[in-house]
Formats: sequence, C-alpha cells, structure tokens
Amino acid sequence: MLDVAVVRFPGSNCDIDTVLAVEAAGARPELVWHRETDLRGADVVILPGGFSYGDYLRAGAIARFSPVMQAVQRHAAEGGPVLGICNGFQILCEAHLLPGALLRNAGLAFVAKPVDVVVERSDTPFTSTYAPGERLRLPVAHGDGRFAAADDTLRLLEAEGRVVLRYVAATEGSPLQPNPNGSANHIAGICNAAGNVVGIMPHPERAAEPLVGSTDGRGFFASLAAWQPESFIPKASSR
Amino acid sequence: MSYRVHVRVMPRSGLLDPQGQAVEHALGELGFPEAAGVRVGRAIELEVAAPSRAEAEARARLMCDKLLANPVTEDYLLEVEEP
Repeated sequence: MLDVAVVRFPGSNCDIDTVLAVEAAGARPELVWHRETDLRGADVVILPGGFSYGDYLRAGAIARFSPVMQAVQRHAAEGGPVLGICNGFQILCEAHLLPGALLRNAGLAFVAKPVDVVVERSDTPFTSTYAPGERLRLPVAHGDGRFAAADDTLRLLEAEGRVVLRYVAATEGSPLQPNPNGSANHIAGICNAAGNVVGIMPHPERAAEPLVGSTDGRGFFASLAAWQPESFIPKASSR
Repeated sequence: MSYRVHVRVMPRSGLLDPQGQAVEHALGELGFPEAAGVRVGRAIELEVAAPSRAEAEARARLMCDKLLANPVTEDYLLEVEEP
C-alpha cells in the first residue's frame, strides 16, 4: 500500500477531505505538519487546498519557505509524484516546481462552483485512470486561479503537452460557463516536464463521494493509489 | 547603519490587472472620467541594516527577487532613504 503525505500548512482547509479521499482509494494517508523536515518515506505527496498563511503577500508565497518544502523539492527531483490542489498549485508555482503563476481571478470575485474540464494528460501518476479527453465536472473554489505565464512558457507548455486539465464549455444546454477565472489558454492544471509534479485548480477531493453530488474526482486518488514507482520513468528534462 | 527601504511592486505591464480596471471604473462612476491607466500594486517598507547604502540596496534587491515580488508577473522599484 502506498504512503501518501498530505502536507498541512497553517491555513490549509482541504487537508482532511484529501486524507479521506486518499484513504477511500486504498492508499495510506498521513498528515505532515509544514514544520517537519522529512516526508517519513512517503511515496506520494499532496499539497492540499486552503489559504496557507492567509494568502499574505501572494497566495503560496510564504508557504513555499516552510521547512517541509525542501523535502518536497527533493522528492520531486527524484521523480516522486507531487500533486498540488488549488493553494497547493499556487505553492508549487511559487516554489518554481511548476512554471507560471496564479493571479487574481479576472472577474475579481471568489469563484466557487462546479466547472467542466477535459483531461488532456492521462499518463501522469494522478490521471492514469482517466481516458485521454475524458470530461470531468469538478468544483473550483478560489480567488486567485488565473494561470499566467510568459508567452514562450505558454508555447512550451502547449508544445510539450503539459496541460493536464483545461476548462471546457459545458455540454450543450448546461448553464455552466467555461474558464471561471480568465486563465491563459483556459488552463486548469499543468505538469512539469517529467510529468511527476502536477498542479490543478479544481478540487477532486470535493468530488469523491456520491453524497456530495459527484465522484468525477475519484480518479486522481485511484490513479495515485495504483501508481507503481518502478513503472514510472520520468521524461528527462530540466523542468 | 540602518536604511529605510521603500519597495513598490506592480503587476507587469501587459498583464491583465482586474483590480486596476475595477478602480478605474469606480473613479469614472464617481465623476473622475479623466482617470486612466489605473494599476494596483503593493508598497512594502522595511529597515535594512547594512554597512553602506549600496549594500542595503543590493540586499533589498535580493529580497525582492526571492520573495517580495514574483518575477513571473511583477516588476518592482526600490528606493533607499539616507539614514
């Protein structure tokens, strides 16, 4: 059974939902406090959603310097899977484990609603149980979700197929609007060049139980629970 | 010596600044249609202990590069006061 470290920062608020989703998928979650300096041998790391350090300065900017992040950097460099959800995505960008940045939503309002996304990469440790092109309906809940990057970075992300999730127009007749935050190229989630570090704005842990209306997010946790270290060969690259 | 440093962090020009747009719109509504090009950034002040003004500025610049500004989306201006 895989060990999954769910890092808890001051201000994390999706940590318990994440732990429950990991557990339900058949992996062994463990909460790791951000002051800790190692990940206790975890196979997989998740940085959950929330508002670490109250989003002071910029979302994720201060959490990036938490002691545990050095261990996360090492884990990622060794090819270990790292998933950042919402605030976790923001932290991964601030830590330069993923390129770009997440800025204030174009409409300024905090957006909390279900959105439709398409899975464009199903060969990451977190999306392997989805079919390429599969559509999911997942909740978003963020004030700073507008992905932005330099033009050449965006071109690189597209050329290397590193967009993991993209907002799409809902199926015909649905009132849901695509792109809730004005992100570049409708990007909802990306991965690093090796494919082991993934950041997404939607919350799969909030769509993992029939009771809450959707189980579309379960695949992220089923994928990581099925992940086999020896089967994953990171693609060589700088970042 | 302790130098007071003023840092001004602004969203990079060319990037959408929805806060600036909202403020510009509000100014127009308030009877200031002449206000244009509004951008909203952040001001940070700090004391830097350093042997010289140049050294204080160099250290403050490093602080900006590492934490106070995001090099992907923001530009910053530094001003160092004489003690």
